[in-house]
Amino acid sequence: MKHTLVAKVMDQPGVLNRVASLFRRRAFNIDSLTVGHTETPEFSRMTIVVDTAKVPAPLVEANLRKLIPVAEVTDVTHMATVDRDLALIRVRCAPPERAELASLVEIFRGRIVDVASESVIVEVTGDEQKVDGLVELLRPRGVVEMVRTGKVAMVRGSVVETKPAAQAAPAA
Amino acid sequence: LGFVEERVQRTGAQIVWECLAKEGVATVFGYPGGAILPTYDAMLDYPVRHVLVRHEQGAAHMADGFARASGKVGVAIATSGPGATNLTTGIATAMLDSSPTVFITGQVSSKVLGSDAFQEVDVTGITLPITKHNSLVTDARHIARTIREAFVIARSGRPGPVLVDITKDAQQGKAEFHYPETVHLPGLREPLPPDPESLARAAELVDRAERPLILAGAGVMRSGASPALREFAEKTGTPVALTLLGIGGFPQSHPLCLGMMGMHGEAFVNTAIQHADLLLAFGMRFDDRVTGNIKTYALHAKKIHVEIDPSEVGKNIKVDVALVSDLRVTLEALTPVVEARRPEAWIAEIEGWRQDTRSRDIVHRDGNGRLLAPHVVHDLWKTTGGNAVVVSDVGQHQMWEAQYYKHDEPRTLITSGGLGTMGFALPAAIGAKMARPEAEVWVVAGDGGFQMTQSELATVQQEGLDLKIAIVNNGFLGMVRQWQEFFHDKRYAATPMLSPDFVKLAGAYDIPAYRVSRRADVVPTVRQARETKGPVLIEFQVEKEDAVYPMVPAGSDLHAMIRRPSEAGEEVRP
Repeated sequence: MKHTLVAKVMDQPGVLNRVASLFRRRAFNIDSLTVGHTETPEFSRMTIVVDTAKVPAPLVEANLRKLIPVAEVTDVTHMATVDRDLALIRVRCAPPERAELASLVEIFRGRIVDVASESVIVEVTGDEQKVDGLVELLRPRGVVEMVRTGKVAMVRGSVVETKPAAQAAPAA
Repeated sequence: LGFVEERVQRTGAQIVWECLAKEGVATVFGYPGGAILPTYDAMLDYPVRHVLVRHEQGAAHMADGFARASGKVGVAIATSGPGATNLTTGIATAMLDSSPTVFITGQVSSKVLGSDAFQEVDVTGITLPITKHNSLVTDARHIARTIREAFVIARSGRPGPVLVDITKDAQQGKAEFHYPETVHLPGLREPLPPDPESLARAAELVDRAERPLILAGAGVMRSGASPALREFAEKTGTPVALTLLGIGGFPQSHPLCLGMMGMHGEAFVNTAIQHADLLLAFGMRFDDRVTGNIKTYALHAKKIHVEIDPSEVGKNIKVDVALVSDLRVTLEALTPVVEARRPEAWIAEIEGWRQDTRSRDIVHRDGNGRLLAPHVVHDLWKTTGGNAVVVSDVGQHQMWEAQYYKHDEPRTLITSGGLGTMGFALPAAIGAKMARPEAEVWVVAGDGGFQMTQSELATVQQEGLDLKIAIVNNGFLGMVRQWQEFFHDKRYAATPMLSPDFVKLAGAYDIPAYRVSRRADVVPTVRQARETKGPVLIEFQVEKEDAVYPMVPAGSDLHAMIRRPSEAGEEVRP
């Protein structure tokens, strides 16, 4: 099963390396990992999708919490969340097919963001299933190149309600 | 602005020593070199005792041994590149056994970082998986905060090694010295008090158990829980089995003490584990050397795990109640709420198994003219009154020490458990002796492990340490030979080992030394060593092809022990 963990980490050099090294040496399987800035300059936020077939998610969480620069970890798998994945897809497309492709992409609320003579770049944002759905529809036309950001997630509702209980008192 | 200029500016190197003084560090172990030179230069102006080692691995083990013997943070210093890489075996040893240590390494100047400069190596990269935390400091202004954090992290929760890598220009740069009282580390979690609900469930299981058994590990020492453990065991009448690193946490002379469990644990202890209906795992982590095959491990037992590190809970063994908290605090909360009782039938059953073990025990038999290592350890125990701090190396002698030297006090057995680092004993004993100068400290090492770090004999003499050294020489890498005997048709690949004349070797360092090859000479020679002021080395030439029994082959069921063959020659299996 896939679990989605959201980690608030200190914005320091080497933090990504620490997380990646932990997953490597403990043989935890990462499906995707995204990292980016947050509302506070001091912290970055990681969304980690991990395969928990072999290792239970609480153990992955507990190991992440042992890293000193990791301030908070939340398993959001069973929470109501907004999930987003962004894809850029270069698809073969001769000029006469463009209009039809554009209307297909429109159904997925995607956009054509670049046009060349024999191909276009499609941009689509959504949860992973939606992006997968469009990719499958585009595949027969010839997907030349694709890049996806991996999942980012945020818990729905008010911040106060969804904030996890403090893991422990801060150190003296 | 004039005000700012008048403030006292110190070099980064001076700040390093100011920090160590603030932490109460009076002894450091180290080896100088180019990138750490400014720090060594500043050292001369501070009242610290620096122990010059012969190899940085020795410095790391000394800091580790110092920490294990005293509970204080041990500190080692090395230069960049090879100085730092030589530390790594010792750092990993401290990591696996949760020893609070701080390592300070010099690094090339920040201007050339990443250019493969002379003696540059990515130390924070290399030590990332073998430290609790590490940091690279490139600015004198950040040294004090980083060292303060290192000490807090090394001591907090489950202790461990922390490394601070300081560039040469940061050591040379100037800054105002301010040592922060508190540190701001959002990721550092001090342990919570035990969860009341789990505590209640644990108490219920304890009250209902008919065949309870305590499994005590290194956490007993780390949390200072020995008295609390004793109180709990006595109130509930629960027998106590020890892991290798738990030895000393509960007195072995106590009637409820069973002794060591696991691969080379006593047969009756492993039998008791497999028959228990409740296991109380206190500060231990169900290591594979303790459990054998986890699929058949203690199948009839409910399990309560008191463990400070949440990532150890449910890692190897599923437990029924987890108390993720400090062991001493948890026991002090648990003991008052459990019933006072004594499971007589269960204790009688265990005593029956113990009788069987005792009757087969080699230590109660004559060696028939041979000098057996178990006899050496037994006689050493008797002669020292069981009061020595023993620092053992890794291998057969380590297991015999654990079986036959009965420790009654915490921190009196110091050994490399998790990593199993050969060469640990001599340097770790130097650290232990410096932490506890009043204690009688014995090194017990094999001929193989001793040769890995024997250069530290010079350090023993240089520091004028009253350290006693017992080398158990069987002419083999004994434990590996034993595995070859049992599992590889006695094909002794690379295990017969040539050793120097250890008596002459000691002589080269001006250390008095004796060779013993008869049982009758063991006690008198140990006595003589104890009466001699200063270091003494004794080489015990023991039976070459003896094996450690019982043995649970790696991955086998805990109850499937290979027992010592009877005198007639056939193997006895339970």
